[in-house]
Amino acid sequence: MSKKEWPLWEVFIRGQHGLNHRHVGSLHAPDAEMAINHARDVYTRRKEGVSIWVVPSAQITASSPSEKGALFDPAESKVYRHPTFYDIPDEVGHM
Amino acid sequence: MYAQMITSEKSSDDPELLAAFQARIDRGERIEPKEWMPEGYRKTLIRQIGQHAHSEIVGQLPEGNWITRAPTLERKQILLAKVQDEAGHGLYLYSACETLGISRDELFDRLHSGAMKYSSIFNYPTLTWADMGAVGWLVDGAAIMNQVPLQRTSYGPYARAMVRICKEESFHQRQGYTIMMKMAQGTPEQKAMAQDALNRFWYPSLMMFGPSDKDSVHSAQNMAWKIKINTNDELRQRFVNETVPQARYLGLEVPDENLTWNEDKQGWDFSEPDWSEFFAVLKGDGPCNEERLGARRKAWDDGEWFRDGLTAYAEKQAARRKAHAAE
Repeated sequence: MSKKEWPLWEVFIRGQHGLNHRHVGSLHAPDAEMAINHARDVYTRRKEGVSIWVVPSAQITASSPSEKGALFDPAESKVYRHPTFYDIPDEVGHM
Repeated sequence: MYAQMITSEKSSDDPELLAAFQARIDRGERIEPKEWMPEGYRKTLIRQIGQHAHSEIVGQLPEGNWITRAPTLERKQILLAKVQDEAGHGLYLYSACETLGISRDELFDRLHSGAMKYSSIFNYPTLTWADMGAVGWLVDGAAIMNQVPLQRTSYGPYARAMVRICKEESFHQRQGYTIMMKMAQGTPEQKAMAQDALNRFWYPSLMMFGPSDKDSVHSAQNMAWKIKINTNDELRQRFVNETVPQARYLGLEVPDENLTWNEDKQGWDFSEPDWSEFFAVLKGDGPCNEERLGARRKAWDDGEWFRDGLTAYAEKQAARRKAHAAE
């Protein structure tokens, strides 16, 4: 077994010009440059991307599943944030 | 299948938590890495996804055997691309498995020590070019049967890896079938090679689904957890139903004298493979077990200096950047 395991990287790919980078998976690599090279081979063998981001997995801070309620429940009662909350008469036309 | 005979681990967790977890699965919710899960679910998944990943990686060896001897440059490129896909599939699956709290190097160790298994099918030799056809058509065909339903499995990272893999797998089966077509339409000798490949790979392919598990408690638990979607017999029947007409189109004979159409079940009746052979291969007594595991261990050991070298280089560069920033 090797002395040290290569660190884990999260991979984000921009599928087409004009779209966001999207998380596609992770991989191991010794450094950022190699992570990009590996990401090319592992995640874009069929022209799935035009741009790659890699981020050390250890650098990602994630919300915890147990905080889900506290974080997201408050938005549930705010129906007035959606356009469908407002009745506009048909005579006014498209709005 | 690529993961065979997965026994489910018992959970000694709080019954209330277990019931809430089961309710989530029954509602069709996906379980994600940081969420609570029963210890048994986690351990069973590590075994299943790990075995699946190992199968993809070891599965490169029987086909890699023919890359340098492919009959045309185009076929060589296709085979290279296919074998490269298998490496990719292994990596997607190792990543999915790592989210359960085990590292990839640990998984490699367990493969190399024999503690974890890979699919029995890869312990059979690939003797002629026609075997590349049979492997793509039958082995990847059987894998697809199993992997398509697994796209709906309850564990998010596993399901997502399956979606990615299924997208790429169809190419594998089709390139294999076109090799078989070419051989079956060729000279009598070439057709005989194709028939011989079908003869040798038919029963090992049926074994891929594992022995009947319709009465198994492990199977019932794994199905309740939705990490297994169909019984082994269901998938095997589906595979036979799909494959027999494909063999007839090729003008080849499925090596089973009991093969008969059953009008009532709208499917083929067929002979069971020799399960004693299956268990012997799983135990390590297949024709190529030692060769396959030996090749894996050698690749890992021979690559150690290189992996360590890249790590040392990365550390040196990082230290240099740090010193530079401090100036």
